[in-house]
Amino acid sequence: MTEVLPALYALMLFMLIGAIIAVETRDLLSSVLCLGAVGLALAVVDLVLKAPDLALTQAVVETFAVVLMIRLVVAREDTTREFTGDTLHVAFVSALLVVLLLISWQCFEGLRPVGDPLMTMGNEYLEAGRATGAANRVTAVILDFRAYDTLGEATVIFVAILGCYALLRTRGKTEPQIHADERE
Amino acid sequence: MRGMTFIVQTMVMFLIGFIMLFGVYVVITGHLSPGGGFAGGVILASGLLLVVLAFGADTVRARLGHNLAVTWETLGAIGFLGIALLGFIAGTFFAHFMRPASGFRLFTGGAIPYSNIAIGLKVGAGLFGAFLMLAAFRAGEKGSGDE
Repeated sequence: MTEVLPALYALMLFMLIGAIIAVETRDLLSSVLCLGAVGLALAVVDLVLKAPDLALTQAVVETFAVVLMIRLVVAREDTTREFTGDTLHVAFVSALLVVLLLISWQCFEGLRPVGDPLMTMGNEYLEAGRATGAANRVTAVILDFRAYDTLGEATVIFVAILGCYALLRTRGKTEPQIHADERE
Repeated sequence: MRGMTFIVQTMVMFLIGFIMLFGVYVVITGHLSPGGGFAGGVILASGLLLVVLAFGADTVRARLGHNLAVTWETLGAIGFLGIALLGFIAGTFFAHFMRPASGFRLFTGGAIPYSNIAIGLKVGAGLFGAFLMLAAFRAGEKGSGDE
């Protein structure tokens, strides 16, 4: 664990800088690109922490989402945005952040180190996963032990895409509705 | 939404086969190597997204159409639910109904590879359909969205 810590800290710093730029920049396109950089760094973090399944999914979904957002940003004529927030606002948020950091520092003091969990559930899954026959234990957990979760997740995606179809359809809409959509 | 230049279109024609092959590989070997239905499905959707960006949404809609995406997505969802219901052969919902072989071969893991394929179809077709719908939305023409 300790040998990957420097790489992890460097990636965390990169992600922090990227996230701050994404929030603070005026140009929406730069913001979206910084968000993509943060997501891909998160994929590398997953890889460093030996979770290749998550890393693959994170990298692929991030790419898809960034392309989608770039497509939506480029469709706008004006890709800048108004910067709102005054000094009082920023000072209040900063103070709140410091307080939260102090509280979480106190909380994390009592935690066990990464890679040495209190729960021994993982070992049980590793042993019992032998019975499923799937060599990839992550898939064994996702599609066997916790298949109900996967079914729920599949339902969520199905309903979300159904809602997307229903909202963006053009057939069955009246003329004023379509013109209202165009004006937006 | 218009397409891109001839160079991009030619490159996409070269690359799309490899991208889709990689997506299919990630889906069907999800029980052996990192990946699985969700990640492979998103790779498949990304490949089709590349085609939409290069050739334009209208061309793709003329060739594939939304009905195809909806059909495949529904087939994937029904397939996954069907595999879950087939568990009743062995007793309960999601129970093992196939005798799971083990080892690093393709036909291992009981029903897990088939679940992966169903989820891959569902996610890939669903995301592709949603992106096609979003790309068509700006056109603003009546009847252009769902034909």
